[in-house]
Amino acid sequence: MKAQGTVHKYGDNVDTDVIIPARYLNTSSHSELASHCMEDIDIDFTKRVKEGDIMVAEKNFGCGSSREHAPIAIKASGISCVIASTFARIFYRNAINIGLPILECEAASKEIKSGDEVSVDFDTGIITDITTGKIYQAEPFPPFIQSIIADGGLINHVTKK
Amino acid sequence: MGMTMSQKILAAHADLDSVKAGQLIEAKLDMVLGNDITSPVAINVFNDGGATQVFDNTKIAMVMDHFAPNKDIKAAEQCAQVRRFANKYDIKNYFDVGQMGIEHALLPEKGLVGPGSLCIGADSHTCTYGALGAFSTGVGSTDMAAGMISGKAWFKVPSAVKFVLTGKPAEYISGKDVILHIIGMIGVDGALYKSMEFSGDGLKYLNIDDRLCIANMAIEAGAKNGIFPVDDITREYTNGRFKGEAKEYYADDDAEYEAEYVIDLSKLRPTVAFPHLPENARTVDEIGKTEVKIDQAVIGSCTNGRITDLRAAAEIMKGRKVADGVRCIVIPATQSVYLQAMREGLLETFIEAGAIVSTPTCGPCLGGYMGILAKGERAVTTTNRNFVGRMGHVESEVYLASPAVAAASAVTGYITDPAAIEKD
Repeated sequence: MKAQGTVHKYGDNVDTDVIIPARYLNTSSHSELASHCMEDIDIDFTKRVKEGDIMVAEKNFGCGSSREHAPIAIKASGISCVIASTFARIFYRNAINIGLPILECEAASKEIKSGDEVSVDFDTGIITDITTGKIYQAEPFPPFIQSIIADGGLINHVTKK
Repeated sequence: MGMTMSQKILAAHADLDSVKAGQLIEAKLDMVLGNDITSPVAINVFNDGGATQVFDNTKIAMVMDHFAPNKDIKAAEQCAQVRRFANKYDIKNYFDVGQMGIEHALLPEKGLVGPGSLCIGADSHTCTYGALGAFSTGVGSTDMAAGMISGKAWFKVPSAVKFVLTGKPAEYISGKDVILHIIGMIGVDGALYKSMEFSGDGLKYLNIDDRLCIANMAIEAGAKNGIFPVDDITREYTNGRFKGEAKEYYADDDAEYEAEYVIDLSKLRPTVAFPHLPENARTVDEIGKTEVKIDQAVIGSCTNGRITDLRAAAEIMKGRKVADGVRCIVIPATQSVYLQAMREGLLETFIEAGAIVSTPTCGPCLGGYMGILAKGERAVTTTNRNFVGRMGHVESEVYLASPAVAAASAVTGYITDPAAIEKD
């Protein structure tokens, strides 16, 4: 599986309250959540984002609340992959469980800039910044998590047994 | 190699003799929790996955607390969806308006979690129950749905960081000051993916509410769980209350910790986390008397809405008035706390001081309702997060503090050391 798109870049500790503010948690509609994605730190994100774009951030991405609405909003806004130095653990679980590809790669998270064109190969974990020509190797998922992703998310994985 | 307390609970629930950090396991769950925000997403996943039954209708809890009593039509629809599901599957621990309280105050109080329990909840502050010697952690809605179907969850066995608490805390120092101090020291990702295990002779000075508050905010350091060893203080709370079978687990002497911190509780000072991260901790001594003017004080939440929290706030507010221009909102965490506070005359103290007292709800903590901030406004609050826009407008500010600091600040109109109030 591969993804390619334009990068939207953020810093450290992007929390779930800014990914999707709680005032919009009175709905579980994916498109409605997507329409408010990132609005408290990047008001124009929903206008700029295109299908397939890539989000890159630094450490502890998705810290805070357990709201699955956060990865849902990111995925439904068209983002094909999130790359960060580290992810907060509940966000990490949620992203895998709902099928939003995420990769941990410190060098890529530091060097890739907003607006860069980036491609990601999920099978090898190789991240290519097409704009700068630099190549990065992300940590691959452990086999157990790969099996959840291969089954199409946690619920399919559980109900398959 | 020995195991930590958290690892022992995970091993026991995975039917394994031992586990080690990094190992992926599947473990049996004693309790699966959701609220009015996260349960609707879980129910959709449950239904879309074709599930037709829950694994055990006594081991699922659903608490309508975040936007309940319903704040608007959409919130009402979400609660209605959960109510229908709870009726259909005969969920025994469904708590609606009248019985509900803030989930992480309610579950311990109702005896639904206790020593040795393994619990997941679709709410990040599920880590609260570690105060009772349980392994308890927050997950998302899909994990909740899978847990409701299978009664199991996968875990990567966490490594641990040890916090040895020594000495006796001074007057006005509560669990909130302890955890804000720790987060200030290690940062918001200081315990990322790890267990925070508390020990030391200072534990005997921390009552059960202090411990629930400390474990509650383990997530604010990125931790998977926070956990306390079971002692007489725990047993006094859980005996006759916990409906399951209490099992006490203790860390082995040779358990491995990635780091160990010794914290002398006697040296702690009232601590406040400045915007916009819980790690921005400062003691009251580092804050000028009129440096931080506030518009609102909130005393409540799953962190600090318990009876000893309300007592600490009332002690300071008794016979005093909330400062002009400050809105003070007190939210007992559960119906039982509310009733107890009424019987003790605390509610009268708050109302006479010019504060309001609300029915239990998460309300303003996450910017839901019941105390939203306008542009440029500041709140001192006993809640757990001070992220950008957490309690309202993106240009508002949230300062996290103990009930004593919040009450003292409500009285003066500025963030204030509670000891300064006494001297007046």
